[in-house]
Amino acid sequence: MTGAPVLQLRAVSKRFGAVQALTDVDLTVHAGEVLALVGDNGAGKSTLVKTIAGVHPVDEGTITWHGDPVRLTRPQDAQALGIATVYQDLALCDNLDVVANLFLGREKHLRGLLDEVAMEQKARELLDTLAIRIPDVRTPVAALSGGQRQVVAIARALVGEPSVVILDEPTAALGVEQTAQVLDLVERLRTRGLGVILISHNMADVRAVADTVAVLRLGRNNGVFPVAGTTQEQIISAITGATDNAVTRRQARLTQEEDAA
Amino acid sequence: MTTPTAPTETPAPQAPAADPRLLVRSGGLTGYLDDLRRRLAGGELGSAPVVIGLILIAVIFQSVTGHFLQADNLTNITKYIAGPGLIAVGVVFVLLLGEIDLSLGSVAGVCAAIASVLAVRQGVSEWLAVAAALAAAAAMGALHGLFFARIGVPALVVTLAGMLAWSGLQEYVLGDLGTINNRHDGLIATLDTHFLGDGDIAYAWALAILAPALYLLAQLRTARRRRQAGLTARPTTDIALRAGALAVLALPLAYALNQDRGLPLPLVVLVGVVAGTDFVLRRTAWGRQVFAVGGGIEAARRAGINVARVRISVYMTSATLAGLGGLFIASQQGSADKQLGGGNVLMSAIAAAVIGGTSLFGGRGKTWSALLGILVIQSITTGLDMVHAAQAIQYMITGAVLLAAVVLDSVSRRTRAGAART
Repeated sequence: MTGAPVLQLRAVSKRFGAVQALTDVDLTVHAGEVLALVGDNGAGKSTLVKTIAGVHPVDEGTITWHGDPVRLTRPQDAQALGIATVYQDLALCDNLDVVANLFLGREKHLRGLLDEVAMEQKARELLDTLAIRIPDVRTPVAALSGGQRQVVAIARALVGEPSVVILDEPTAALGVEQTAQVLDLVERLRTRGLGVILISHNMADVRAVADTVAVLRLGRNNGVFPVAGTTQEQIISAITGATDNAVTRRQARLTQEEDAA
Repeated sequence: MTTPTAPTETPAPQAPAADPRLLVRSGGLTGYLDDLRRRLAGGELGSAPVVIGLILIAVIFQSVTGHFLQADNLTNITKYIAGPGLIAVGVVFVLLLGEIDLSLGSVAGVCAAIASVLAVRQGVSEWLAVAAALAAAAAMGALHGLFFARIGVPALVVTLAGMLAWSGLQEYVLGDLGTINNRHDGLIATLDTHFLGDGDIAYAWALAILAPALYLLAQLRTARRRRQAGLTARPTTDIALRAGALAVLALPLAYALNQDRGLPLPLVVLVGVVAGTDFVLRRTAWGRQVFAVGGGIEAARRAGINVARVRISVYMTSATLAGLGGLFIASQQGSADKQLGGGNVLMSAIAAAVIGGTSLFGGRGKTWSALLGILVIQSITTGLDMVHAAQAIQYMITGAVLLAAVVLDSVSRRTRAGAART
């Protein structure tokens, strides 16, 4: 169900002073694929994503876009290629309404003035195709719920019609229903043929929407698994680096207690 | 925890139904009142409190003095508010960024001093002198903006330094005498004393009729465009009501002004500047950027907005407006002197912007609030003068009004956050 590789990273390394944040990391994103990027805190997920978003240029290794090598040294480079990033802090202007936020920095003009009608029309179109429900596109973003703000932030990333979208912990601060809404949206992005890189700590979310899970551990690749046919334990052991770790010990203990009871 | 999903059969996007939780507004007057009540309850107070306050002030002073609403008094109020009102418009710009500019009073003083020295002492043409003075004001604003936006010095400190330095420059420019009288019947003198058409009643009537009519036409055009595009539009009854309210305000004012000397130039300039800046802020990309920076610097930066450039341009705009305000104050008092722009001029301007409803927290406000706020302050001052209240009382009352306005701002901010629709 996934298409050709859109974005490929080969042997990417990144240092910050004495810290080797990434070592020889490979990553491949296909069109129409949701790639979950998992790993413990400090595993290098954020650094990796920032190299793709053009925030941190890579020290070594190559990045190819549709097979052509590219250099990403500024966020604008990534945006120009068609890589959109939705950061965890969303970066929406609370005082502006949904339409203004969607088109911030990309306003439509008519005779030198803002064309509110065209922007609102386009905004509705975009929100409708993504089946996003916002009570009123003219409400200030401050008045929206966490889930609505998240989907607005994702929709905002789509205004530039990217082919790869990076979502940094999109469900971290959301309730049950709102999480489901965001996951639905992630699936719709895949249906539209976008490559989605999903960073998440939540295994349930990862298993619910991802096609592939790429595990990072201490700045290195530690396995790429197709979600179908991989157990949660396998992923967790790849994240923690062993089958004997705090998570498995806890589970074993709980099972023992259950057995004893 | 999450919905069970089958990736291969993602449901097709459903037809966009209206959110069932969205309150649908019923038509007509009841719908309008319902909507208004809901907005007020949700903390979107808009200009309602200040308009009510203005009406209260007018009623109280009229009943106490018996001649507060007389034509000559109203004319004088409209003339007094021009200078401080223009400075207050400048304050609105910096408040929209969520910043402050303490130097605007001094900038107004320097601007008036430069214009007077060039025109009166150096014999430069007054138009040229005024242009040079305004350019100097813009340059001062640019300097504040550069230190704030590029070097990262807090705006409060930069403009505090500016306040001290520019008032020093003001004294230096004026020289030993310290006071320069305006050239008799010159441009600067005329700013305050001129009435359009030398008191021809046609001007006030024309403005009072044209303003609501233009508003009506513009709104109807927008509504038609929105309907053609399949978007919700403001109902025609609603538009008619608003235009009607504007006419109800404007026509009696025109009548009153015509009872005296006609349409004063300072009022036209202030209203023109307020309407013009309001248009720029709402309808241009630059205006949108100003609001964006005021609402979230990081969000604005990530959207590709050049935050430093927006900040510098805003400081330039506010300084230029303050400079223009300084010229009107000089015209009003007949001379440029060392005290011009000092005292409580700046504080009144900041108070006016806040009383009018511009938020101190950035990103929310209108330039109209400068006009409303300065009207409140000047009405209180004039009214208390008429009942021969001491200056001490005036300060205390103005202070209380300002506090009330800020409390309202803080409370409505909280209500708005609480009323967040989910």
